[in-house]
Amino acid sequence: MNEFPRWKYALVVVVLLLGVLYGVPNLFVQQPAVQVSANRGAPVDEALKEKVQGVLEQGKVPFETIDLNASQLLVRLPIGASEEQARAQELLKADLGDQYIVALNLASTVPGWMHAIGAREMPKGLDLQGGVHFLMQVDDKDVMDRQLQRYADDIRAALRDKQIRYQSVGRGPGGVVVELRSAEDRTAAQRIIEMEVPDVTVAVGGQVGDAYTLNATVKPEKITEISQNTIRQNVATLGNRINALGVAEPLIQQQGDTRIAVELPGVQDTAEAKKILGATATLEYHAVDENANAIEAARSGHVPPDDKLYYRRETGPDGQPIPILLKKKVIVSGDEMVDASSAPDPQSGTPAVSVTLNATGGRKMLEFTSQSVGKPMAVVYVERTPEVKIVNGEEVRSAKITEEVISVATIRGVFSNKFQTTGLGSAKEASDLALMLRSGALAAPVDIVEERVIGPSLGKDNIEKGIKAVLIGFVSVLLFMIVYYRLFGIVADIALFFNLVLLLSIMSAIGVTLTMPGIAGIVLTLGMAVDANVLICERIREELRNGSTPLASIRAGYEKAWATILDSNVTTLFAGVALLTMGSGAIRGFGIVLSIGILTSMFTSVTVTHAITHLIHSGKRRPKSLSIGIKVPHASAS
Amino acid sequence: MEFFNPNSRFDFLGIRKITVGLSIVLMLASVVLLGVRGLNYALDFTGGVLVEAKYEEPVAIDQVRAALEAGGFHNAQVQSLGGTRDVSIRLQPQAVEGGAGEGDAEKGNADQVAGNVLKALQAARPDASLSRHDFVGPQVGEDLKNDGIVAAVFVVLGIMIYIAIRFEKRFAYAAILSEVHDVLLTVGFISLIGIEFDLTVLAAVLAIIGYSINDKVVVFDRARELFRLARKSEPYEILNRSINQTLSRTIMTSVTTAISMLALFIGGGPAVHNFAMTMLFGIVVGTLSSIFFANPILYWLGVSKTDLMPVTRDDPELARRP
Repeated sequence: MNEFPRWKYALVVVVLLLGVLYGVPNLFVQQPAVQVSANRGAPVDEALKEKVQGVLEQGKVPFETIDLNASQLLVRLPIGASEEQARAQELLKADLGDQYIVALNLASTVPGWMHAIGAREMPKGLDLQGGVHFLMQVDDKDVMDRQLQRYADDIRAALRDKQIRYQSVGRGPGGVVVELRSAEDRTAAQRIIEMEVPDVTVAVGGQVGDAYTLNATVKPEKITEISQNTIRQNVATLGNRINALGVAEPLIQQQGDTRIAVELPGVQDTAEAKKILGATATLEYHAVDENANAIEAARSGHVPPDDKLYYRRETGPDGQPIPILLKKKVIVSGDEMVDASSAPDPQSGTPAVSVTLNATGGRKMLEFTSQSVGKPMAVVYVERTPEVKIVNGEEVRSAKITEEVISVATIRGVFSNKFQTTGLGSAKEASDLALMLRSGALAAPVDIVEERVIGPSLGKDNIEKGIKAVLIGFVSVLLFMIVYYRLFGIVADIALFFNLVLLLSIMSAIGVTLTMPGIAGIVLTLGMAVDANVLICERIREELRNGSTPLASIRAGYEKAWATILDSNVTTLFAGVALLTMGSGAIRGFGIVLSIGILTSMFTSVTVTHAITHLIHSGKRRPKSLSIGIKVPHASAS
Repeated sequence: MEFFNPNSRFDFLGIRKITVGLSIVLMLASVVLLGVRGLNYALDFTGGVLVEAKYEEPVAIDQVRAALEAGGFHNAQVQSLGGTRDVSIRLQPQAVEGGAGEGDAEKGNADQVAGNVLKALQAARPDASLSRHDFVGPQVGEDLKNDGIVAAVFVVLGIMIYIAIRFEKRFAYAAILSEVHDVLLTVGFISLIGIEFDLTVLAAVLAIIGYSINDKVVVFDRARELFRLARKSEPYEILNRSINQTLSRTIMTSVTTAISMLALFIGGGPAVHNFAMTMLFGIVVGTLSSIFFANPILYWLGVSKTDLMPVTRDDPELARRP
């Protein structure tokens, strides 16, 4: 008997063991935990660990361990201690203050070695654990507008540079319109613009009166790049702000071309979240006051009249933000910036950030730098968080303003609208700074277009019902298969069990978030997965009825059913993949489960059952009949 | 155990005029239903605010409506969420006329609206609490509809191309016609019984396409096999035999899938109720069309043995695999 090769047995065993290994983490119950992470570079070290331990012991909060890793402390509490968890958070928040973020979390109890090989539990979706979901629409109209303005500036400068006289350079529909005085000027201008401003395509327009026009439109790839950048930097900014919210495992991801989905597990208060998400940022360039002592000013509170005391983003050796005194006068503000990008300095090759201002900004910068070569200049990142308070029954709108110095650099020479910041520590630092600059200057307005709040008890309810549905479905299908196909039914059931295990383990290993539609997909997969077994069993029955021997029937059954199984599963997979392409997370989750389920069921229903069937029937004695639920009157050996 | 006579030779094609005629009538009825009644689009598609509330003690829907009316929400739709304690309250975005914060449903002050709803409910019954609230902007729903249509077209085209390559173009046409039939009837059914067409129902409709095509392919596959084996090919006879020979499998798979969906319907709770219901109906329609609709269409399209011969070359390779 060589029809079922040994390597296939080995494959089945290895795959099933891996399936169990990667599926098992889902059985570990998560324990309540409190997560302490640094806000703005405060140290997370042994000292902090001792402090936290002290606070908890004093407050008589039972805890199991405090784990210290690279960026955070994780205090694990006994399973079921959710009240103590809340109390621990309160105590720690009060003691540690603003410098640390204290968030509630559920800690995995999966052993470390399992985590090391990537075996972990499936994250649960908001519908299973409660929380807030926002879908935010990024409006990049303003950003696009400012880019067009910048191209108009660039074209003006290029023409002036090459001494081509123009009547006007202005914004037209979807681009820039240049009006020139003669056809020759127009030809020359077209050549110059194409050379000097490579991001636009120039087309010859009509002649209006004595004006010869050119239409410059931004190239589509540049437009895509601009809107991609806009959304990426919004994702980054939202990420920073949400970190400050103290949510343990927030999810921020781009959805489609212009939307960002934000999921905050465990959060119920949308007002607070919205306030922080709705903050607006801007930038200001200030001169640094070198004649006054900032540390002294910070300590005594005596600030020179023309100055204002700011703090830098980085912390000093004492773990406190470094104070710095800046002149109050704003040189250039964020509105006047058109671009900031990180690229290595062409001369030295070291990381650098290049900044482009618009014409007005360039003029102001030129004026300032021509008197200030050799002096430092700072960039302040200003964030305004809108706040609404009810005072005496009336709404009072105000804003909480946070200001932070994100960069201080020495002016090396006179410059106007294009300059570089060099001397940055690493490429990462450069790209971080560019991102901060862009998010301050080019922030696109964000609207909340979808908001879902799921209460924690509803989540718990859903999970219970989901598990119940999976179990009822699973057991009913199991029973049905046994009643109808007897021994072959049992084999199919074993395969169905492993299909469930494999499906869950693959979902866990690739980190699929489990949601209610996902559970529906699991149940549907269970019902559809036995289809291959039904096909095979029906084929075997047919062969038996046609008078083949049991072993020949098995062989023919598997062989003939395969083409059908392949075709029918591939076509079903089309539907699964189509579900994946949908923007909505709920449908995608269902599609992922369905697609994985189709693939795993092809393996378990065909290869695994074949291996088991073969193992059962390949003994020394040739079977005279098969337990497949039918009676064949003359099962004779041929 | 056997439910079906393995030697059944029922003349399914003989009643094709009746079965296909009935299918066409049902399809037309679905189109009319969709035109007249339309679909009860859920919040996912229409936009607006949805609030789900939980009561400690059983509550009557009318009582909830009265409470909302008193609180100034005049256009709220109240539904029970399968039990007597959970209700869902939906506020349309266009429901702007006055009312305590009803206009805010449009502006996205969802938490404020939800708070006002809770106040209105608690004024009548203090045991009410909120279990969730959703706000969806109108644009999101619009995009979702488009995405859904694009996805459906993508599935249909993909399946058509695959079947045209693996079988023959007439099989592809018959499959697609059956798909259109199944989807139309399912959507018509949703319209008829008025369940909310939400995200999960959309997912179910797309899954039905996948499920039903699976069924058709099995029957077609048998037809292909019989055509190739037959010495003299009489399409009428072969198509009939392919339905009969796969009948037991067609129904068995429907039964197991239906069992699992029934489990979801019973145990899964309100979140997947509509999904399970849509799937159940779709499974029935898909199974019936595999038996009574797809092959008659194939017969009318004039499929014959010669259509299937050129592709035999690559077939033995595939068939030899386990």
